[in-house]
Amino acid sequence: MVLPAAGDCLLRNAWICGKYVSTRRDTILADLRQHVILTVVAVVIGFLLSVPLTLFVRRFRRAEGAVIGLTSILYGVPSVALFAVLVPFTGLTARTVEIGLVTYTLVIFVRNNLAGLDAVPADVRDAAQGMGMGSTRMLLRVELPLALPAILAGFRVATVSTVALVTVGALVGTGGLGQELNDAFSSYFKAEALTASVLCVLLAVVADLLIVGVGWWLTPWRRGRQT
Amino acid sequence: MSAWSQLVDYLTTAANWTGQAGIVHRLEEHAALTGVSVAIAAAIALPLGLTLGHHGRGGTLAINITNVGRAIPTFAVLTLLTLSPVGIGNTSTVIALVLFALPPLVTNSYIGLSEVDGEARDAARGMGMSGWQLFRRVELPLGMPLIMAGVRIATVQVVATATIAALVGAGGLGRLITDGLSSHNQGQLLAGAVVVAVLALIVETTLALVQRRVDPLRRLRSIAASRAVDVT
Repeated sequence: MVLPAAGDCLLRNAWICGKYVSTRRDTILADLRQHVILTVVAVVIGFLLSVPLTLFVRRFRRAEGAVIGLTSILYGVPSVALFAVLVPFTGLTARTVEIGLVTYTLVIFVRNNLAGLDAVPADVRDAAQGMGMGSTRMLLRVELPLALPAILAGFRVATVSTVALVTVGALVGTGGLGQELNDAFSSYFKAEALTASVLCVLLAVVADLLIVGVGWWLTPWRRGRQT
Repeated sequence: MSAWSQLVDYLTTAANWTGQAGIVHRLEEHAALTGVSVAIAAAIALPLGLTLGHHGRGGTLAINITNVGRAIPTFAVLTLLTLSPVGIGNTSTVIALVLFALPPLVTNSYIGLSEVDGEARDAARGMGMSGWQLFRRVELPLGMPLIMAGVRIATVQVVATATIAALVGAGGLGRLITDGLSSHNQGQLLAGAVVVAVLALIVETTLALVQRRVDPLRRLRSIAASRAVDVT
């Protein structure tokens, strides 16, 4: 008797299985796409929201303690709990996941933006003022470029941790590659679990390298120096 | 019925606190998983980080390990372990929790020791201290705030990660959330979320206080601060 199963990695439930990848390519790509979209939206919205908040804290320094304290509390809430709290209000939707993800990226961005802007040397600021720059022009022409490395560091941390965090969205049914992990767990499907895990890490690495590349392009004066 | 009244209902029903699936038992599971994992991780990471920091070697490894840790999804590690021969249960959970607690512990204990003021180190050498005495009486006390920061970050991370373990059927408070979701019990779902969040915040605040207490320069700093105020 010939057992076709002997050579079939799907039937053997092997960890590495080319047949799985080729037969389920559409599902994998769809989940990967959702993963990328969830990440990009969370990072972009988180950054856009962090800009006014950063400027607010710099304008009203006395609010800094309160803003940093509140964002730290939000950051300390475990992701599963944060998604769960939102469920009664936004349901089992992508919006629930997105609100949770944005909460975390927002905190990372506000901290890094502030750290970057605060690290601008006082003499540089004095010089800019002496040249007759107003506060807006000083922010855009002097402080922002100098704070750029810290802001980009925020982008790296926010992006890489969001890629990992998206998987937890599987709890409420929108988890990108996390859906594959969920499915792999309930059907004991090894190839699916390993493929999704590897793709997650690859996605994080690629995203990180992209941001490093953008940073290299945006800060030509730092090239050749060690980061 | 609104979500909040369901939450209040759930929390005020005595039966929800007792039994195998009760809040108290889940809290105990959560605390046990967290405690065991942090203890194992500390036993591995602290000697490693402190040795590297004392000799000022392996800095790149110690720093980058945190970045690598960030890129690996907890859920992925939990799923892989569950499907591996380790199987479903507490062993898988503890291994995953330990893996995620290692990076902040190694990185912070390394930085804590390697960032000790070179002059303090020279002075200790000049006083004739041996390598061990230098470590024990100068580097360790001065590095303590950062080492404790690592313990705090690792513990908070483990508390959060232990919640995710419920996604692969492990015990702990996350189960209130997953059970609540699968049985459409919003009260239970919210109760789980609130208890986890409160636990995480309590752990964070308590360990932040400990971190301040173990700073040997704490008194010096507050004296310096009060003097600075006097001058102005």
